[in-house]
Amino acid sequence: MMDQTQLSVEESAHNLEKHADVQLDITVEQLKKLVSPRAFTGETMLLNMGPQHPSTHGVLRLLLELDGETVVSCIPDIGFLHTGIEKTHEGKTYLKGLPLTDRTDYLAPMINNLAYCGAIEKLCEIDVPLRAQYLRVILAELTRMNSHLVWLGTHALDIGAMSVFLYCMRERELLLDVFESVSGARMMSSYFRPGGLWRDVPDVFFDLVRKVMDVFPGRIIEYERLLKENPIWRERTVGIGVIGKADAIAWGMTGPSLRGSGVNYDIRKAFPYSSYDHFDFSVPLGTKGDVYDRYRCRLDEFTQSLKIIKQALDRLPPGPVITDDRKFAPPPKHEIAYSMESLIHHFKLWTEGFRGPNADVYFAVESGKGEYGVYIHGDGGPKPRRVPFRAPSLCNLQALPQMSDGALIADLVGIIGSVDIVLGEVDR
Amino acid sequence: MAESTSLAAALGDAVTNTVVFRDEVTLLTTRERLVEVLTHLRDVERFEMLTDETCVDFHPGEPRFALVYQLTSLERAMRVRVKIMLSGADRVAPTVMGVYRNANWLERELYDLFGITFEGHPDLRRIMMPADYQGHPLLKEVPVTVEEVAFSFNRRRIDDTKIYAGE
Repeated sequence: MMDQTQLSVEESAHNLEKHADVQLDITVEQLKKLVSPRAFTGETMLLNMGPQHPSTHGVLRLLLELDGETVVSCIPDIGFLHTGIEKTHEGKTYLKGLPLTDRTDYLAPMINNLAYCGAIEKLCEIDVPLRAQYLRVILAELTRMNSHLVWLGTHALDIGAMSVFLYCMRERELLLDVFESVSGARMMSSYFRPGGLWRDVPDVFFDLVRKVMDVFPGRIIEYERLLKENPIWRERTVGIGVIGKADAIAWGMTGPSLRGSGVNYDIRKAFPYSSYDHFDFSVPLGTKGDVYDRYRCRLDEFTQSLKIIKQALDRLPPGPVITDDRKFAPPPKHEIAYSMESLIHHFKLWTEGFRGPNADVYFAVESGKGEYGVYIHGDGGPKPRRVPFRAPSLCNLQALPQMSDGALIADLVGIIGSVDIVLGEVDR
Repeated sequence: MAESTSLAAALGDAVTNTVVFRDEVTLLTTRERLVEVLTHLRDVERFEMLTDETCVDFHPGEPRFALVYQLTSLERAMRVRVKIMLSGADRVAPTVMGVYRNANWLERELYDLFGITFEGHPDLRRIMMPADYQGHPLLKEVPVTVEEVAFSFNRRRIDDTKIYAGE
């Protein structure tokens, strides 16, 4: 018994020695500044929420300082899902980096693909055929609906309306069927390519999209009936987590979280891409910037998305879906059989990849969460020098401490839900 | 482009160079005058949002780092990029939190991943990597993969180097 204790003391001394050379960049003094002095006298309580908490939508950890049930300070701790996507990009050719973008915001893969492909197209000056642009718009809007459905379901679930979640997941199947029909994958689709699309859409795609168009208007009314005038829902959301116009802009918030505060900023309108300026749609705005307004903005976006999809379907032009510039897009398979030049192009593209200039561009799209931007810095070779992503979730989450200041801990759950974060995108 | 020249002209000698590439305006400035330039762009030119702040590593080139500030004007629907260059030996930049408060986490991320120190930042600690992590993973000298591929002939040797070795 004695020996064992001694051993463990020795062991721990050894461990201490081993860790003595590990230098932490932070000191306790630095961490003490994060909470109010009342926390050290025991007047307020420090509570750890997450990272394994169902309402933090992934692995977000919040250190909460509570005075009774009131939040005094909220310190988000992120990085649990950091997978080094930006670093991995530096070791891959432009094309091979594409599937990684699916995995940042895994609820909106096609929109991420669009941002990444758009940035490469801007960097290398690749023209995208009109048919591909329209199909991209249709798929991006379906993806936005997919993202919003998951948000609505989980947000309502957090606040206690469980049936909404089940309905949302039911409708999401229809959208996943569309993605499966074009790419073969339901979530990580990687369907867009620099210069267009991987292939043209199959015939069944149109049937599936029409089914979505038929089913959804009624379902949106159903969601509204469930929550919009629901007294419990209004009690839990109206006037909660308020953030004003100026604050929302200063925190760099974008997307429905910003528009809920009444700021009319939508990338599709401000900096149109992929022919969004060909379509007629409006941008839903809130007024007060509370949880309820953010909810209304997202819900109204369903209708606008359907409107855009309808216009794009009706006016979908025939033609190719990928650029015929052989330096960036591979030649059709049948050409390789008789054309030596095509064979060379194919070989060069799949072994070396195409080269990007030694310059930088920034390209942003409106994702379900906000401004999803890709900044690409090429180095003249086939691999980019650096590909940082502008993640909307990260910037929106940064405003959480201000929104939750003085809120009840039960409302904090609703506020996190209303910001609509995806931790895969926050941490990348 | 007209807008790039007018932006640069108003800032005078604070802008050392203006680059226009694919219709995107980049203003180059120095780290001493960075805060001044950003304050001017925010207050006078109404670029009210810091969309992104990021860093590019030009290793082994010198100056080694480019800090990139992507600004957006919501009213004018315009974007501009501000860049400063940092040498590899002196990785210090001023914080721009006083101008754009959302630079807080963005600068923490750059500190964590690139080891750039932001002077005046109130809460500069790691954000993505664990607190006891050594080094800065996005620097070019850090290889993309550090794991040796395990085969039957070297599996035991690789296992011995793992943190769970001997358990």
